[in-house]
Amino acid sequence: MTAPPRGVLAGTAAEPGVAKPDPLLVVDRVGKAFGGIQAVDVEHLEVQRGVITGLIGPNGAGKTTLFNLLTGFDRADTGTWSFDGRAVAGLAAHRLARRGMVRTFQLTKVLGRLTVLENMKLGATGQRGERLVPALLRPAWRRQEAAIERRADVLLARFKLDAMRDAYAGYLSGGQRKLLEVARALMVEPTMVMLDEPMAGVNPALRQSLLGQITDLADGGTSVLFVEHDMDVVMRISDWVVCMAQGQVIAEGPPSSILGNRAVIDAYLGSQHDEPGLGEQP
Amino acid sequence: MDILVILGDAGRAALGPQAAIYALAAIGLNIHFGYTGLLNLGQVGFMLVGAYGVAITVATFGGPLWAGVLVGLACAVVLAILLGIPTLRLRADYLAIATIAAGEVLRLTYNAGFAQPVTGGVYGLQQFAGSFYATNPISPGSYGVGRLVYSERDLWVMVVGWGAVALATLGLFLLIRSPWGRVLRSVREDEDAARSLGKNVFGYKMQSLILGGVLGALGGMLLAVDTQAVAPNTFNPVVTFYLYTLLILGGAGRVLGPALGSVIFWFLLLFIDSALLQAIGAGYIPAEVLSPSDVGALRFALVGLALVLLLAFRPAGILGNPREMRLEAGAAGTPRRRRKSTQAGSDRERGVAR
Amino acid sequence: MRQRLVTLLLLLFAGMAVTSGAAALAQDGEVLQGTLEGPDGDPVPEVVITVEGDGQQVGTATSGPDGNWTVPLPAPGTYDVLLDAGTLPEGLRLRDEDDATLTDVTVRPGQQRTVLFPLESGSGEPEAGPGAAPAPPPGPTEPAGPSFGSRLAQLLVAGVKYGTIIAITSIGLSLVFGTTGLINFAHGELVTIGAMTAFFLNAAALGPGLALIPAAVVAIAVGALVGGALERGLWRPLRIRGTGRINLFIISIGLSLFLRHIILVFYGSRPQPYASYTIQQAIELGPIAITPRDLVITLVTLGVLLAVGLMLQRSRIGKAMRAVADDRDLAESSGVDVSRVILYVWLLGGGLAALGGVLFGLSEIVTWDMGFRLLLLMFAAVILGGLGSAFGAMAGGLLVGLVAQLSTLYFPIELQNAWALGVLILVLLVRPRGILGRAERVG
Repeated sequence: MTAPPRGVLAGTAAEPGVAKPDPLLVVDRVGKAFGGIQAVDVEHLEVQRGVITGLIGPNGAGKTTLFNLLTGFDRADTGTWSFDGRAVAGLAAHRLARRGMVRTFQLTKVLGRLTVLENMKLGATGQRGERLVPALLRPAWRRQEAAIERRADVLLARFKLDAMRDAYAGYLSGGQRKLLEVARALMVEPTMVMLDEPMAGVNPALRQSLLGQITDLADGGTSVLFVEHDMDVVMRISDWVVCMAQGQVIAEGPPSSILGNRAVIDAYLGSQHDEPGLGEQP
Repeated sequence: MDILVILGDAGRAALGPQAAIYALAAIGLNIHFGYTGLLNLGQVGFMLVGAYGVAITVATFGGPLWAGVLVGLACAVVLAILLGIPTLRLRADYLAIATIAAGEVLRLTYNAGFAQPVTGGVYGLQQFAGSFYATNPISPGSYGVGRLVYSERDLWVMVVGWGAVALATLGLFLLIRSPWGRVLRSVREDEDAARSLGKNVFGYKMQSLILGGVLGALGGMLLAVDTQAVAPNTFNPVVTFYLYTLLILGGAGRVLGPALGSVIFWFLLLFIDSALLQAIGAGYIPAEVLSPSDVGALRFALVGLALVLLLAFRPAGILGNPREMRLEAGAAGTPRRRRKSTQAGSDRERGVAR
Repeated sequence: MRQRLVTLLLLLFAGMAVTSGAAALAQDGEVLQGTLEGPDGDPVPEVVITVEGDGQQVGTATSGPDGNWTVPLPAPGTYDVLLDAGTLPEGLRLRDEDDATLTDVTVRPGQQRTVLFPLESGSGEPEAGPGAAPAPPPGPTEPAGPSFGSRLAQLLVAGVKYGTIIAITSIGLSLVFGTTGLINFAHGELVTIGAMTAFFLNAAALGPGLALIPAAVVAIAVGALVGGALERGLWRPLRIRGTGRINLFIISIGLSLFLRHIILVFYGSRPQPYASYTIQQAIELGPIAITPRDLVITLVTLGVLLAVGLMLQRSRIGKAMRAVADDRDLAESSGVDVSRVILYVWLLGGGLAALGGVLFGLSEIVTWDMGFRLLLLMFAAVILGGLGSAFGAMAGGLLVGLVAQLSTLYFPIELQNAWALGVLILVLLVRPRGILGRAERVG
């Protein structure tokens, strides 16, 4: 499954904060506290370009909060991070998205009273018609709009949403919403997509298709960072896995190394005994 | 009781200057609330600065009317920016309270004794729109049939007012069908989603606030010109509530919603008014039960009742699409209930009702 | 002459505004009024009363056959009220000649202020000694010239009284938001309903003429029942139908309009006082003068606030309320009957609002729109304290009351509420979730 460019981490040591050959995202001393509880406290983390990185950890480990901080949806108390070689700490969320760091949400955020196609077209960046004055002059943006629509249609077909093209997104099923959200993120033409629990609430049939889409993405050169609770999924598609607990990165490495990792097992058992998967692993 | 008189009164109000003024301000509110999801309860504040922009420029400083219009528009833009910077980052309900508070602060300030040399204080300002009526091309006389008559003065205001409504509606139509309008609607649906797709949500909200505020100011100017008088207490929060009622009646988030809503709203309002007064006059309703002076209050009560019933039973309004509206019920609001988990959430919500 | 012309013009334009429907009702008609009564309680007609502001005559009135007189004012502010002793009927005189002019009577925005001229029989030399004070000022109405320190003390006392009344009415508003997510615009009407119920029982011509305290108890019960009825009859069904939060908010605006104007039809626009405790002599406590009435109002509100605080901290239902307000899902999954807790929140909120209404009516006067006038200040309190928190509402209410009163140290009294609202906007600028509010997680 792992295409040649995605095998680059073969020689990288499996230890927290390890340097990667070609890091896309570099995080340094990022911290965030909520009411006295340190939700995130990441000393150093690098995310390799062009591969699929899984982010796991028990509930409350700070995964989503870290996502929020990195993508500008929440303000970090401390720390810096850079994306694609440029410091981006403190940048507004929409600027980070335009730089190619596009996220999805744990609870899908489809735009219910926009059609599926409108949802998709919204994702395109640099639209002339999104400026107030040109918006009044249809000829100024008609051609660009047509091109965006073609691109959206291709993606919709790929995500098997073309049948729902003109329906309100609010009428999609939970799984279809997840698909739409990923597809819409791709309209931004991101360097890296950050998926927050993409499989939650998706039925098995759609799940397979979504998994395929994610691996295709990485094969196409887009980096993927995703939070997921389903260990089967994490083990199957990740090239690299990062485990967080109590706000800190406690382990990272190839999927196989994570399964037997003492710190990871302790983190899961220590906080929640019924967490699926890990306890039974050798 | 004379049904023709009642219909005449109601029809006159439905097409008259007042309906045009409210339609114009409601188009602004439609941009805010209907398309961007900004719950602006201070629209009357924009009307106030527009009206006073004209009145102060002409009556206090002796400037020309066109300068007054420019001043009024500039004031609306400044107000939108001042109001927007602190409030546009807030959640919808905080924004509502902050904007209604700002509107009240404005009214109280224009009303205050120290402002009297400029604003006329509680007495307000009068007789500043002479040059508007001097340009009236319609020859003097009364036009219409039966009770449905307008003076040349009314007609001139109506021509300008409904002309402005038509222009604003056309502009809104073009904007909403453009990618710009698409971003605006996405902000209404979920601003975090819009942000995650690289849209500058704050910027769009600000554009929306300014644009809608300017339309509100135009409505205020027209109101000032129509009555040739401004006084702060004209601009109390109830005006904004009227605007919401007629906007929702016509259909929020519909291009023609405000204009249609305003016409129907004023028709019904004056219909009830006139019918009640006639019924009291003819003795159908004993004066002990309802005196003519109570009719004004009862009218407000009925507006309130209409607002409750509309939103409970037909939140989409006359032009709206109920199928689309149903999506809004769960999608946009109730963060508390939807935050935790998607599947369990719906069960729990049902649990509440048990 | 010129004055009369201006008044005439003003009336004309007011009339135009009414017919044009833009502001069919002036919401803030400040008025000075009173009833002239002889020592035996008989009305005294045909006495001329003049109101002056800034040395200029603002208006004049002659007491009617029922002894009532009313002078509409152009704006809130400070006025002098003069009674023309020459027009007093034979055999009556002012208890104190100095009482013929009441100086620096402060009228707050929207207030219908009652002032009194104590009369006694006889026509000879008035007795020496201090005359009974006119209707004790609800706000800061120290005679001209007190020291800054004493004005400050007086305003602090007035601010605490005003603030605790706002706090007591805000608790329900905040808890309802916390438990149901509803911003209830019609909360002010619960305040008015409370004040009105007590008025009907206590002072209305057709009412039973109950003493104020039992009347207040009934008013609290009525307020609680109306709150509970609204929850069960309107809000809960709407929630079950899945009506969105914003729509619920606008429905509450409609409900507020509806209730307020129904009250107006039944009660009328004339402000009226309760039958007892309107005239009282201030007692001196160190640097401050306070009437027993205001002292009792302040102590009662403080006591009630303390009791509510204890209830929320200690009792089962109080803990459940806080738990639901804090995290509804968590509370529900730990076995709290959320629906019942919400009903209790409405009962509590309605009852407290009604009590606040009675006290507000007692400290000023009962009007049809008193709750609505208080509403924005309640919102300010609730937001300052952080939406959903009962203790936040208490702290916020106190702060709003103090800001409103203390602003009059330096700024015109007519802007006192504007300052309170200004503070609200400022706080939102710095702390969008209120002083005690917490951040919410995205996603």
